[in-house]
Amino acid sequence: MSLAEWLTTDAPASRGQALAGRAHATARLLARNPLAMVGIVIVLGLVLVAAFAPWLAPESPVGQNLSRRLLPPSAEHWMGTDELGRDILSRVIWGTRITLMIVALVAVIAAPVGLIVGAVSGYFGGWADRLLMGLTDVFLSMPKLILALAFVAALGPGIENAVIAIAITTWPAYARIARAETLTIRNAEFVAATRLLGASHLRIIAVHILPLCTSSMIVRVTLDMAGIILTAAGLGFLGLGAQPPLPEWGAMISRGRAFVLDQWWVATMPGFAIILVSLGFCFLGDGLRDALDPKGRR
Amino acid sequence: MAATLRPAALPARLARTGRGAAAFVLVTAATFLGLLAITFFIGRVVPIDPVLSVVGDRATQEQYEAARLAMGLDRPLVVQFASYVGDVLRGDLGVSVSTNRPVASDLLRVFPATLEMATIGIVIGVALGVPMGVIAAARQGSWVDQTIRVLALTGYSVPAFWLGLVGLALFYAGLGWVSGPGRVSIFYDGVVAPRSGLLLVDSALAGEWDVFRSAVSHIVLPAAILGFFGLAYIARMTRSFMLDQLGQEFVTTARVKGVPEWRVVWVHAFGPIRIPLITVIGLTYAGLLEGSVMIETVFSWPGIGNYLTTALFNADMNAVLGATLVIGSVFIAINRLSDVLYRVLDPRSRA
Repeated sequence: MSLAEWLTTDAPASRGQALAGRAHATARLLARNPLAMVGIVIVLGLVLVAAFAPWLAPESPVGQNLSRRLLPPSAEHWMGTDELGRDILSRVIWGTRITLMIVALVAVIAAPVGLIVGAVSGYFGGWADRLLMGLTDVFLSMPKLILALAFVAALGPGIENAVIAIAITTWPAYARIARAETLTIRNAEFVAATRLLGASHLRIIAVHILPLCTSSMIVRVTLDMAGIILTAAGLGFLGLGAQPPLPEWGAMISRGRAFVLDQWWVATMPGFAIILVSLGFCFLGDGLRDALDPKGRR
Repeated sequence: MAATLRPAALPARLARTGRGAAAFVLVTAATFLGLLAITFFIGRVVPIDPVLSVVGDRATQEQYEAARLAMGLDRPLVVQFASYVGDVLRGDLGVSVSTNRPVASDLLRVFPATLEMATIGIVIGVALGVPMGVIAAARQGSWVDQTIRVLALTGYSVPAFWLGLVGLALFYAGLGWVSGPGRVSIFYDGVVAPRSGLLLVDSALAGEWDVFRSAVSHIVLPAAILGFFGLAYIARMTRSFMLDQLGQEFVTTARVKGVPEWRVVWVHAFGPIRIPLITVIGLTYAGLLEGSVMIETVFSWPGIGNYLTTALFNADMNAVLGATLVIGSVFIAINRLSDVLYRVLDPRSRA
């Protein structure tokens, strides 16, 4: 049996084969979507640049050299230099690490919380559902950016607090999705069969329900990434996120604000990085949604 | 409310309306209470020492104790929350540390500036976004469609504050088409007595056309940038609604009958999506009020967003929470209102 046959068979012999087959089918659907491929390239590029930042960046992101401050973009400094003579390209490259760290941390905190709240809410129903969804709705009906601002104001500025504040504002959307998915699975026969076999509620939720919620969750998290990056950059711009001299893109734009009318490159360059990465996640998320969710396909 | 008490004695429809209204009031009240709980939580529970955040770290021990008692922090949390809700309902949001005035009157003074900008923004967003979405859907897959789709996605990927800075550098410093930061040129500051607080309206009413022109050239850029973000979302949603409609059988029937294509698109397919669009526009409007925080910071626009960020830097928690509360309330109110409009206008939800 060739690899292609093994991947596309209707009767997978093992769980591993079934998973590989689904991944293969999704990848093939994604490959047919040019925008999604652009997204994959951008996101992979972000990860690679972040991983190899020390080798890719021509200079140190914090080394100052006042003799060459505010130089325009040139062959030597592709993105110019900032007010302390630091090479902006190097800072943008090192900034990928901060951006990647923020989105990863937010996803790792918010997605599981939302997943568990939603699954518990949908599985048990009744007053637990009403209580948890009431809470979720209150958070959902709140403006996210303002809420994050207020939380950071109370917690104090800093990158960790920015992550916490953004995570607090993102989990409710995931809870809603997980609940909707759980409601469609809850009364399925395989769940009833597992229950008859004596499985506990905990086991049913953890082993049988949560894994089925993950694909729509992955789509939603990817689509949200752009918003998370923008919020983090906004907090950095207001001076509430990453603190100097960290090369966070939003904070860099904020430093360049004073010179934007004459030395436009200081504020503009990090913005292009933000746009590129956010667009990449948008494209990838759109493609994933079309590939994983046949209902939403347009 | 009487309808919910004696449903059997009244026509069924009235009873249903009453029950719906009661449920609506209940849910709305619960949401506002939730908002209050969150701002209370942020103000009193999250900071390690809320007293210190009010008096500052150079206060003496006596000042500290006095502030602690004045804030009622020696009482149980539940009592504190109840008195907080009472204060807010009476319109008392505390005193701002930086302006030394009640937060409520500060907010009342700055809110019209934000409202003015967001309103012009939503007008731009609707006027351009709806036709763009319709055209994109009518020519699905063409280069027009692709361009509009990518433009709409940029709206999700461009930082508002960055676009503001670039806009200032380009249209103000570079081309000189618009005026710079602020709401009106400094010569005209205070020329027009505030009546509605909306400078465009006030200056027009007073017949001060120089002020009006100056105000227009100041508001154009920030409002257009806000409008772009509104446009992105509205165009995306319009396109998706239209595609749903254009795939329906009645559209095919109309085409088979020989109805001209523009009529099929703009009358047959566009008709049914007007109601869901109202919800989308409502949500966008609320989103623009929120998005104005960043824009106002960049343009030094004297609105609620600028007030909020200034308060953030001065660690003025009363002002921060007051502004959060007001923006949150407006957000919730618009949300609920578009929900009601949807139900009132959609004949299916009445059946």
